[in-house]
Amino acid sequence: MARMTPEINAGSMADIAFLLLIFFLVTTTMDVDTGINRMLPPPIDPNAPEPPPVRERNVFVVLVDAQDRLLVEGDPGNINTLRQRAKEFLLNEDRDPNMPDFEERNIDLLGDVEVSRGIISLQNDRGTSYEMYIAVQNELAAAVREIRDEVSQQYFGRNFGDLTTEEQVNAIRQKVPMAISEAEPKDVGG
Amino acid sequence: MSRFKKEGGKKTPKINTASLPDIIFMLLFFFMVTTVMRETTLYVRTSLPSATEVQQLERRSLVSFIYIGEPIQSHVFGTEPRIQLYDSFASVDDIASFIESERQATAEAERPLMTTSLRVDRDTKMGIVTDVKQELRLVNALRVNYSTMRGEVAGMN
Repeated sequence: MARMTPEINAGSMADIAFLLLIFFLVTTTMDVDTGINRMLPPPIDPNAPEPPPVRERNVFVVLVDAQDRLLVEGDPGNINTLRQRAKEFLLNEDRDPNMPDFEERNIDLLGDVEVSRGIISLQNDRGTSYEMYIAVQNELAAAVREIRDEVSQQYFGRNFGDLTTEEQVNAIRQKVPMAISEAEPKDVGG
Repeated sequence: MSRFKKEGGKKTPKINTASLPDIIFMLLFFFMVTTVMRETTLYVRTSLPSATEVQQLERRSLVSFIYIGEPIQSHVFGTEPRIQLYDSFASVDDIASFIESERQATAEAERPLMTTSLRVDRDTKMGIVTDVKQELRLVNALRVNYSTMRGEVAGMN
C-alpha cells in the first residue's frame, strides 16, 4: 500500500485569514458617500442680453449673514420655521397677490396643471459658516421634497421617493421644480 | 442519589475549531466586498455637517473630490482653511486643471454625468467655498454634491 499523504495542518489557516481580515478592517471606510446634490448655474456670458427680470412676488429671498443669521423675505428668520415658510410660499394656497403666481402647463400623466412660478433665491455672505449654509440648503430642499411627496401622493398614491417609473418622476419634477437659485456671490455684510 | 452522579474524571470535550477559518473567511469576504480603499491621504480636517435630505453618491468613478478644511498639521500649515486636490494642497486656480484632468480620464460619453463632491469641514467659512464654486462654474462642472452625513441638522430643535 502506498504511503498515505500526511494531512495538512489547517490550524494556521485561521491566523492567515485573521491577518487579512484585520488588514481590511483597518483600510476600510464604511461610510457611504452621501450628500446634497445641486446644479450650479451655468457661467454668465458677459455678452448675453440681460435675462428678463423675475417679478418680485415670485422670488423668496433668503439671506444668511456672516453671523449665520437669517433674513427671510425681509424679516429676521429662523431655521426652524424656514421649511414651513418656503412651503407656504411655493404652494400659495390662498392665492395671495404677494405670493407667486401660477402658470398653466400640460404635463404627461398629470394633464393640465398649475405650476408655481416661485423661485427661492439663496444668498450668503463670505463669512457664513458652511454648516449653516448646508442647514439652509437642507431645509429648502426639504420644503420642495415635502411638496413633491404631497403631489405624488395625490396623483400616484405614494411618496416621490417611492415612485417606480421614470415618467412619474419626471411628471412630478415638472409639476414641482426644484427652484432654488443661488445668487451671484456678493457680500451681504453683517 | 449517586446513580445520577456523572462518572468522575470525564474531561470537557475539545471544541472543534475546524470551521473557524470558514467563519473568519466569511467575515473577510464581507469586508473585502464592502471596503472602499482610501485613495488619498487627507491633509485637511473634514468633519462633515449633517443633513436630512441626503442622496447617495453613485458611480464613484465619476466623482471628483475636493476637500476643504483646516490643515491637520496646523502647526506647520496654519489654521486657515485650505483646498486639497488629490494628494496635495492646492489653490483655487488649480481647480480648472484638476477638473480638466478628471475629464480626460473619463470616457467621453460619461463626462456629462461627472459630479464634483465638495467635502467641506463644517466650520469653514463660505468664502473659500464660494470661490471654488465660481471656479467650477467657469469650467462647466455644474453637478456638485455637498457631502454631508445623514443626521439631524445643526441649529434645529
